[in-house]
Amino acid sequence: MAYVFDYGAIVPYAPLIAKGVGITVELTVIGGALGVGLGIVCAWARSLGPRWLRPPVTLYVELIRNTPFLIQLFFIFFGLPSIGVSLGEMQAAILAMVINLGAYGCEIIRAGIEATPRGQFEAGASLAMTRIQTFRHVVLMPALQRIWPALTSQIVIVMFGSAVCSQIAVEDITFAANFIQSRTFRAFEAYIIATVLYLVLALILRQVMRSLGTLLFPRRRAAR
Amino acid sequence: MPFDRRSLLLAGFGLLAAAGLSFSPARAEGLDDILKAGVIKVAVPQDFPPFGSVGPDLKPVGYDIDVANLIAAKLGVKAELVPVTSANRIPYLQTKKADLVISSLGKNPDREKVIDFSIAYAPFFNGAFAPADVKVTKPEDLAGLTVGVTRGANEDMELTKIAPATAEIKRYEDNNSTISAFLSGQVKVIVTGNVTAAAILARNPPRKPEVKFLIKESPCYVGLNKDEPKLLEKVNAILTAAKADGSLNAISKKWLGADLPASF
Repeated sequence: MAYVFDYGAIVPYAPLIAKGVGITVELTVIGGALGVGLGIVCAWARSLGPRWLRPPVTLYVELIRNTPFLIQLFFIFFGLPSIGVSLGEMQAAILAMVINLGAYGCEIIRAGIEATPRGQFEAGASLAMTRIQTFRHVVLMPALQRIWPALTSQIVIVMFGSAVCSQIAVEDITFAANFIQSRTFRAFEAYIIATVLYLVLALILRQVMRSLGTLLFPRRRAAR
Repeated sequence: MPFDRRSLLLAGFGLLAAAGLSFSPARAEGLDDILKAGVIKVAVPQDFPPFGSVGPDLKPVGYDIDVANLIAAKLGVKAELVPVTSANRIPYLQTKKADLVISSLGKNPDREKVIDFSIAYAPFFNGAFAPADVKVTKPEDLAGLTVGVTRGANEDMELTKIAPATAEIKRYEDNNSTISAFLSGQVKVIVTGNVTAAAILARNPPRKPEVKFLIKESPCYVGLNKDEPKLLEKVNAILTAAKADGSLNAISKKWLGADLPASF
């Protein structure tokens, strides 16, 4: 049986798809930026931070890395209202993505920091740099450069994770595809479009991260 | 080993065959034969709670079963429950394996060509539900409110047509997500079936869904064979009396958690 493709049925839903792309990009950019920020703070806390801070951060990282993203999302969206914390679906989705990326990002960035030789810290101190300056220039930037490709992949994974957010009525690309599928029963076409959109977005995201890498680490070999 | 696997299997098949034989139904006739036999055969669902499901003691229980027993009691006969699926309930009636179909059966022109229907005995509708403090009486009142619905369900299509542009419709993946969104207060109103609302009420939640307005109504009727006007008349009389004396309302309260709507 030959399947007859009919993209014409999808055309009226173009605005919904466009909105879906916008929402997915929004989730990825905000979630990615805040998540990497949280990851850096946690990586500092776990490797160089004060001793009392390490157990709670370790607990957070292990808790998030060992539970499914969907459950974390439902916990925030459906669970927290029971104790009076009611977040809209976008806030809940972004919070879940930040918390998730924060934990994975922490471990990736920490790997970069651990790989920095101790002597390099001491070199920074002997050049009369403050602790913050040492962390920023001597520890963090080389660490980020080392793990940039891994971090890029993690952000792409988080973008795909955003597809799960359609479960709580976030109107992203996946929501648009599911919606079109439920109205037109053109499941194949709808998901082909969604697949192509995610692929294109992921390729763009990787290119942006690569350019950002060359910008952030100008004196070093561009990170790939 | 005293029993080998083959003899056990054979015994099992033997039992099944015996069971099959003992259940093979006699021809159902009209009202007089039912009264003479002292038994009325009623086709009921067993896969559609709260209308009919299998109880803890493996016997069917539900709204339809209670109505079947009520009708049988008023006729002064015993109800013999015949479990059916939604696909085979009308064939069971037509082949006279059942005298009545009380199986959350809705009315439509195609069915009316082949069988007769009693008056309605159970409400079945899609509508907007919200807690008592949400003031909504018609679709226009949904303006500015968050409304939860299950994506792609019939009620989603209807809601999309009638909801004002400013209503924020949140479409969830499945019924359970829609229910969770309502219970956690993520949406003010849900649009769903009265059966789903009953399922929510059964959990006795702090946010109780009350019906605000109906979107599409298709109540349930007792189905009968066409050539039995006496039986039809009797069933209608029993249902009318049951509505008047509150016994039907008690069944509605018990299984749907709500009074019968005003249209009954």
